[in-house]
Amino acid sequence: MSNASALQHHFESLEQQKESSTLGMWVFIAQEVLFFGGLFATYTVYRVKYPEVFAAASHHLNVTLGAANTAVLISSSLTMALAVHAAALGRRKQIVAWLLLTVLLGAAFLGVKVVEYQDKFEHHLVPGPSFSGHVLHLEGEEEKQAQIYYSLYFAMTGLHALHMIIGFPILLGLAVFAWKGRYGPEWSTPVELTGLYWHFVDIVWIFLFPFLYLIH
Amino acid sequence: MSAAAAPLVPAPEFPKRHYLNADYGIWSWLFTRDHKRIALLYLASVTVMFFLGGAYAVLIRLELVTPPGDLVSSETYNKLFTAHGVIMVFFFLIPAIPAVLGNFLIPLMLGAKDLAFPRINLLSWYLYMIGAFFALFALVHGGLDTGWTFYTPYSTVFSNSAVIPAALGIFVAGFSSILTGLNFIVTIHKMRAPGLTWFRLPLFVWAHYATSLIQILGTPVVAVTILLVAFERVFHFGFFDPNRGGDPVLFQHLFWFYSHPAVYIMILPAMGVMSELVTCFSRKRIFGYPFIAMSSLAIAVLGFLVWAHHMFVAGISVYSAMIFSALSFLVAIPSAIKVFNWTATLYRGSISYQTPMLYAFGFIGLFTIGGLTGLFLAALGLDIHVTDTYFVVAHFHYIMVGSTVMAYLGGLHFWWPKITGRLYPEWWARVSAFVIFIGFNLTFFPQFILGYLGMPRRYHYYPEEFQVLNVMSSAGASILGVGYLIPMVYFAWSMRYGKIAPANPWPATGLEWRTSSPPPPDNFRETPVVDEEAYDYTVPPKEPFLV
Amino acid sequence: MSEHLVPVRTYLAVFAALLVLTLATVAAARVDLGEPEVGGFRIPVNVVVALSIACLKAILVILFFMHVKYSGPLVQLVVASAFVWLFILIAITMSDYLTRGWLLGRPAA
Repeated sequence: MSNASALQHHFESLEQQKESSTLGMWVFIAQEVLFFGGLFATYTVYRVKYPEVFAAASHHLNVTLGAANTAVLISSSLTMALAVHAAALGRRKQIVAWLLLTVLLGAAFLGVKVVEYQDKFEHHLVPGPSFSGHVLHLEGEEEKQAQIYYSLYFAMTGLHALHMIIGFPILLGLAVFAWKGRYGPEWSTPVELTGLYWHFVDIVWIFLFPFLYLIH
Repeated sequence: MSAAAAPLVPAPEFPKRHYLNADYGIWSWLFTRDHKRIALLYLASVTVMFFLGGAYAVLIRLELVTPPGDLVSSETYNKLFTAHGVIMVFFFLIPAIPAVLGNFLIPLMLGAKDLAFPRINLLSWYLYMIGAFFALFALVHGGLDTGWTFYTPYSTVFSNSAVIPAALGIFVAGFSSILTGLNFIVTIHKMRAPGLTWFRLPLFVWAHYATSLIQILGTPVVAVTILLVAFERVFHFGFFDPNRGGDPVLFQHLFWFYSHPAVYIMILPAMGVMSELVTCFSRKRIFGYPFIAMSSLAIAVLGFLVWAHHMFVAGISVYSAMIFSALSFLVAIPSAIKVFNWTATLYRGSISYQTPMLYAFGFIGLFTIGGLTGLFLAALGLDIHVTDTYFVVAHFHYIMVGSTVMAYLGGLHFWWPKITGRLYPEWWARVSAFVIFIGFNLTFFPQFILGYLGMPRRYHYYPEEFQVLNVMSSAGASILGVGYLIPMVYFAWSMRYGKIAPANPWPATGLEWRTSSPPPPDNFRETPVVDEEAYDYTVPPKEPFLV
Repeated sequence: MSEHLVPVRTYLAVFAALLVLTLATVAAARVDLGEPEVGGFRIPVNVVVALSIACLKAILVILFFMHVKYSGPLVQLVVASAFVWLFILIAITMSDYLTRGWLLGRPAA
């Protein structure tokens, strides 16, 4: 495998480049924590303000689908970790297989989300002029508070889904480079860094699931 | 026999190959990965934005010459001060020193060839330009009238102005800032030259490190918040609208969580410049190096704990107001430590009064006033009376203009020879420094009095009795404007006709002065090895590694 | 970051733990665990349990899948700082909302 071109000219060594790239990715993830964090703060404020309405609104969500989706995303994190592992060992075909499996599982996750979004649409639970608390047996002020819940639902899961969608071309691109034999014991940093990004997206969902689906 | 008084120092020569002539053509600039060229791209952009924001200021001060609102309508006036604020805060003050001076100098100061991620550096600039484009689009398509603070529900429900493009512009520019901070953090951690330990770093680097921490941890919150404002307008989410179960104060919490630390993004790099100027022009090691370094970190951390001092009258609880007030007093301490240390550096120093030092002196005086008046505002009882008055306007202009802009100009002059290989004309530079100082004080000191007497901010009509002070302020603004225009002329002139600068004209310590003026594309002939402490003015300056 | 190669066994064990924890959090949500009063505060136990399980899952992903257990102190500091800052944002914002009702005679926000 060729990695003679991997060292960029402003770095003194491949080691320095790897450490810098990794630190850079972690700093990026740190800012992503705060980016989603603004939404989590908003969620906290309103959950504490409107506990009963949030519970009622949450009951409409399908816990089985949500839990299954959680399992799917966790599985995609496993396949991603295995892809990183394979890349460190230079096992070309394995890297590609694990990466494609990760994309497949991610796509399955988004497929379920589409089903869930459609359900919200059909039951008039999309925020905006068509919103109705009817299916939740809520009206007046409580209907407005339920709209806040669903605004958070769409904002948080939507932003999460967007991050997954951004991940797909990156994963596919990695698979192409892996097929060409780019990654091995000397240089597998792009796979590692993409792994970090993907695991972060998984962690966001780990919190979204109980916060949105499991409100008592 | 008379001794021939031949100059022992050879006349400076322009290096044959440097970063400006290494490559030609517009694409070599638009696709550059050289941090020095990217710094110049930013220099051009922020300068344009500075004068655009300044033009709005001129219109504001013109309106305020007379008590009635007779130059523009109230709606238009709202758009004027909003444009001034948005442009100056997001498109000048936040990027200026880090993206121009930081980008140019940090790799040089570290002995590195470039920042850790040169392509991301270029991306930062493009994001800045895209953000600026959206903001300008908003200005041209009806303008924005919400104030730079976008308070809800006015911005989300009632305003008929170009909120969404402006919000998008700020969102994109925010990511420009985040990526710059990311680049600096990784570079400073991983690319220091051999022997360059943390406590040998120039304090300019420490200041930018602290600034980068704020950029990473704070900016994303305002990014997502401004996104929610846009979503509320488009998708009718009701987070900040009381009519839809939302809370306007929540917007303020989320907004100020970033926007207060943002003011430290604006001042910390300026303080970094100050440390470099004061030590060089006192020919003396800076006093209390570790304290200045640590105080930069302290400001970055404490700055995140005080945001609701912008919300004392917004309806937050009295108890949290008290805590925020106390913490706001606390955050003044590390800033004061810096001022004491700079002053102690001056004491018994061998002071010279070149232009950068004039700006540094201006900074010390004006920052002290601006900082102390911040304490007035941090005191709950007093804030009730002066909040949302011209007292606040004066306070933050003393910091942002009297301090940050002065430090930026001081830094531009100090490093101009390094950046361009030319010397600016010293006499004209000193004249403009004085004009700026006088114009600044005439503009903004009366505003402290106006605010104290009760003139509210963001109003374009006022009682007769305030006219004299307003006229003084507007007169000062015209002087200040002239003061800013003069350097534009002589800086441009100097690029063609200025004296050729030696590698180290001052001379100053620091690795950036050990290479040619301008530097070669890869900064150094070979990676320097550092074996001395910072700011050692007791020994003669080291020979530059000339290419 | 370091050249340490995490054994596949470890990944599988963490994966299994994450699935188990997911089932646990769903099961716990089905039971009403009450809101006992402790030292003047009502603790919603269901929320505490759900949050704790989520944090545990996140920690497992961070330490093992993201290799933070095998990374240097700088990376660990970056991770910790991000979450500490998030905590600052949420805690201090909530400290405003939660103390609004403390003044006698004033209704809660």
